[in-house]
Amino acid sequence: MKIIYSFLSILLLILLLLPNFVSDYILGIFVLIFFYAYMGQSWNVLTGYAGPISLGHSLYLGIGAYISTKLAMSFGVTPWIGMWVGGLGAALVGLAIGFLGFRFGLKGVYFVLLTIAFGEIGRLTVLHLKPLGHMMGLFVDFKPGFVNFHFRGNLPYYYIALGFVVFSLIVVRALEVSKWGRYFVALREDEDAAESLGVNVFKYKMIAIGISSFMTALGGTFYANYIFYLHPTSVMSMWVSIEIIMRPIIGGLGTPFGPLIGSFLLTPLSEIARSYFTKAGLEGIHIVIYGLLLIAAVLFFPGGIFAFIKKIVKPILGESKEI
Amino acid sequence: MPLLELKGVNKSFGGLKAVSQVSFELNGGEILGIIGPNGAGKTTLFNVITGFLKVDSGEVWFNGENIVGFKPHQVCQKGMVRTFQLVKPFVELTVFENVVVAALNRAKTIKEAREKTIRTIDLVGLKEKTNTLSSGLTLGHRKRLELARALATEPKLLLLDEVMAGLTPTEVDELIRLLREVNHRGVTILLIEHVMRGLMALSKRVVVLNYGQKIAEGVPGEVVKDRQVIEAYLGEEFASDQS
Repeated sequence: MKIIYSFLSILLLILLLLPNFVSDYILGIFVLIFFYAYMGQSWNVLTGYAGPISLGHSLYLGIGAYISTKLAMSFGVTPWIGMWVGGLGAALVGLAIGFLGFRFGLKGVYFVLLTIAFGEIGRLTVLHLKPLGHMMGLFVDFKPGFVNFHFRGNLPYYYIALGFVVFSLIVVRALEVSKWGRYFVALREDEDAAESLGVNVFKYKMIAIGISSFMTALGGTFYANYIFYLHPTSVMSMWVSIEIIMRPIIGGLGTPFGPLIGSFLLTPLSEIARSYFTKAGLEGIHIVIYGLLLIAAVLFFPGGIFAFIKKIVKPILGESKEI
Repeated sequence: MPLLELKGVNKSFGGLKAVSQVSFELNGGEILGIIGPNGAGKTTLFNVITGFLKVDSGEVWFNGENIVGFKPHQVCQKGMVRTFQLVKPFVELTVFENVVVAALNRAKTIKEAREKTIRTIDLVGLKEKTNTLSSGLTLGHRKRLELARALATEPKLLLLDEVMAGLTPTEVDELIRLLREVNHRGVTILLIEHVMRGLMALSKRVVVLNYGQKIAEGVPGEVVKDRQVIEAYLGEEFASDQS
């Protein structure tokens, strides 16, 4: 474990210094890498650790984004406070969805359907609400300044997004060694066995979805103040949910580094492919590349790239002790 | 006061009476066996006692409390834990990680849970497998893991569902020794068992179920001579030949 921590410290140091050496365009790609790593990690808490598969996390992103933005535009509340309000809002919705799903024992694909349904309900609701800009979307007035969470250039966003990633890693690591995290993993593995050993399956699933939706919504606020334009299709569609879950799946579900590795691999590829193919007049091809990559990852790295790296590194580091 | 007492417990699935008017008592420190042919309702009875299934009628008293309607995790917190006939290890976790989940049931701190985990793993003889993934264990070891997890919750009453099935004779002997040790430490045991050698060696008293009903109760050596029991296992003809 010590080796991993020293490696992470070095990596963090490099990332802290990186802006001195690269262009603003590259920094922008890193912002997205961090953003998707963070969102993937938030989703990972629920699906990777505790088990229930959510395909509706765009809902929490949207709730976080719209609440904090609306609070800022209509009431002048700084997004730095609004993001926590958005987080609480999303957590309440997440708990309501969790209550319906877990109380009535929806499992597997049925829970997936429930999350998709609520994701769509959220998108359609926003699409028809005038105060939220309905089909025109919501334009965020650019008012640069720290309090407004608006900045020129990518540099401040880079550090904020990096902070989000570090925050999410600490949360997940703290969970892993705690009672909650141990229980999450147990109920992911076998609910009946967990229940028989004294784990309140319903309660801990609720805790997992609460944490996950809350974290996702914080990311939503970041996204709103980075993109400056909110539209139900661009922040709340199913495609956004898929973007969120892709990186942890490829990197390694239920591991702290999976979402990070997945994002470092997938996000630049997606960005480069997007701009390259758009220039060539072949918009949308990057989605095909995405699909191919997902297939390749599932075929060659079942269990994620992180598991594969661990397998290679283990003989070098020696059998690691239970941590 | 008995540790566990069933009073006229019923459970039906549609028209099938899986458990019908079953009553018995189990005193603290005792080892009671439940036997009966396949489909007699033994596992259903376990599910009913531990809260995995809701009783249709009747009462289940544990440690002076009617626990009907309790959820399995509450039953476990009260001090009653069951193992599964088809073992359910957390396959992607190591033996240690499996047991620590159970140890957290009573431990106040993570540290305390870890210490208890190490002791329990040692007790069931899985020390060398501590950091092995449970997916890589043999059936015999998986059954020990199942037992270790149950014990780590610190139960007063341990319900074992065919822990000896599929084990080699040597493994059965080791398990008998282990269960005697566990019982000696004050854990009351209720076991469903088809391995007669194990049952005879452990329990002083058995309850026989057939078609969901209790048809006999008593000392193992006498129960197996009971006409109804022989009928249930071997058919009417065989029973009349014997008498």
